[in-house]
Amino acid sequence: MIEQLSASFLQTTAAAGTWAVELFWYAGSLCLLFAQAIGGAFCRPLRARAIVYELWKIGVQSCFIVFLSSLFIGMVLAFQSAYQMQKLAAEIYIASLVALSVVREIGPVITALIVAGRVGSSIAAELGTMKVTEQIDALMTLATDPVRFLIVPRFIALIIALPLLTLWADAVGILGGFLVGTLKLNILPSLYWKMTTIPLAFKDLFSGLLKALIFGMIICIVSCFEGFRTEGGAEGVGRSTTVAVVTSFLLIIAADCLCTALFYFVWH
Amino acid sequence: MIDVQALSKAFHEHQVLDRATLTIQTGETMVIIGRSGCGKSVLLKHIIGLLKPDAGQVLIDGVNISELSGRALDKVRLKFGMLFQNAALFDSMTVFENVAFPLQEHTTLTVSAMTQRVHECLQLVGLERVDDLFPSELSGGMRKRVGLARALAMSPQIVLYDEPTTGIDPIMGDIVNDLIMALRDRLKVTSVVVTHDMRSAYKVADRIAMLYNGSIIEVGTPDQIRGSKNLIVQQFIKGEAVGPIQEGLPDRRILSRWSSRSQVTLR
Repeated sequence: MIEQLSASFLQTTAAAGTWAVELFWYAGSLCLLFAQAIGGAFCRPLRARAIVYELWKIGVQSCFIVFLSSLFIGMVLAFQSAYQMQKLAAEIYIASLVALSVVREIGPVITALIVAGRVGSSIAAELGTMKVTEQIDALMTLATDPVRFLIVPRFIALIIALPLLTLWADAVGILGGFLVGTLKLNILPSLYWKMTTIPLAFKDLFSGLLKALIFGMIICIVSCFEGFRTEGGAEGVGRSTTVAVVTSFLLIIAADCLCTALFYFVWH
Repeated sequence: MIDVQALSKAFHEHQVLDRATLTIQTGETMVIIGRSGCGKSVLLKHIIGLLKPDAGQVLIDGVNISELSGRALDKVRLKFGMLFQNAALFDSMTVFENVAFPLQEHTTLTVSAMTQRVHECLQLVGLERVDDLFPSELSGGMRKRVGLARALAMSPQIVLYDEPTTGIDPIMGDIVNDLIMALRDRLKVTSVVVTHDMRSAYKVADRIAMLYNGSIIEVGTPDQIRGSKNLIVQQFIKGEAVGPIQEGLPDRRILSRWSSRSQVTLR
C-alpha cells in the first residue's frame, strides 16, 4: 500500500515537473519570438505593402463583426444595468456605467477576443500550412528571415489595428447603450450624452488602448509561434489553430486581469 | 566544395544520420540514393543549414555552415538554390512573383531587368505564359518546374535537388536531367541530387553515394556503383525485394497467404 502510494506520488511529481518545464519552455519561446519581432520591427527595409495588406485583412475586414458585437454588448449592458438602476430611480447613471465599462474593459477585451478568433486562427493556419508544405524552409533557403518576412508585418499591423478597432468598439458600444437609454428607457439624448462624457477621463481611454496594444502583441506572437511549430500535415494545422486561439484567449484574460490590477494600484 | 564530416542527427531518439561522411567537389554532380525515409532529405537540409547536426559538421568552401546563423548564414545560402520535393512554392504569390522573389529580396535589378530574368528562368524549364497563375492552378510537374526556375533565378553556385523527377512525366523528367547536366557543363554548377530514380541517377551523376542506416556506405562513379560488390547497393540499384535490405518490407509468406484470402464479401 505504501509502495503504491509512493510510486503514484513519484509519478505525479514527475508529471508536474515535466509540465512545469514545458510551461517555462513555452513562455521562454514566446518571449524570444516577441524579442525577435520587436527587433525586426526596427530593421530596414520595412515591408510597407505587406503591412498595409495585413492592416486591411486584420483591421478593415474585422470592422463589421466588431461593430455588431459591440453594439449588442452595449445594448445588453444598458438593459442589465437598467434592472438595478430603475429600483433606485437612478436610470440616468446607466449612461456613465455603460461608457466606463465599455471603454475600460468590454471594448478592448471583446475586440481582442474577436480578433483572436478571426485573425489569430487565420495566422496560425496560414503559417502552419506554410510550415508543413516547406514554404518556410524555402524562404530560409532564399536567404530570407521568416520572422522579418512573415511575423513583423503582422505584428505591426496588429498593434496598430487592435487599438483602432478598440476605439471603434468603444464608440459603437456607447451607441448601443445610447439607443437603449434614449429609445427604451426614455432618457433625453442630450442628458445621456452628458452623463456619458462627464465620468470619462483620459486615463480610462488610455488604459483601454494600452490593453488593446498588449492584446494585439499576444495574439500575434501566440498565433505565429503556433503556426511556426506546426507538424504533421492537415491534422497538425488544425491542432495549431485551436491551440493558438485557446492560448490567446487565456493569455488575453490573464493580461487583462494583470493590467486592471496594475492600473488600479497606479491610479488609486 | 561541400564537405560533410561525420554528420549525426536524431529525431525523437530515432537516429536518422549516423556519422555520415561525404565530399562533393566543385562543379561535380553528386547523386545521393537510398530508400525512402533513410535521411537523404535530412542530409540535404544540413548542407544548406536548415537543420543543425547533433554531431559533425558541414563545410561549404571551408566555412562550417552548422555554426553560422543570421546574416552570415544567409550570405552562404545565397550561393545555393534548392528545389524541394513538392516545390514549396509560396501559394499566396503568382508564378512570376515566386520566381522574382529572390531577385526582389537580394538584388537591385530594375523591373524590366527582373522581368527579363524571370522569363529567362521560366523558359529554361519550358514554361511560358504562366506568369499570372497561382501555384494552386498548376499541375504537379509545372509546380516543380517553377520551383526549379526560382532555385536558378539567382544563378547559384550550388543547386540542391530533392527528388527532381518525382511527380513529373518521364519526358519532362528527362528534360530536368538534361537541365542538371547543362548547368554543370555550361555554368560549372555543383549539384547535389537526392533521388531513388536510378535511370535519372545514372544519367546525371558524376558520382553516386548510397545512404543506408544513416551512413554513406558506398561512393563511386555510375559504373563503379553498377559493379559494386556490396549486396545492399546491388539490391537497391536493381530494385529487388530479395536481399539484405529487409527493414520495412512485408513478409512474403503473409503476402502469398493474403492473396489466397483476398476475396471479400460485400454487404
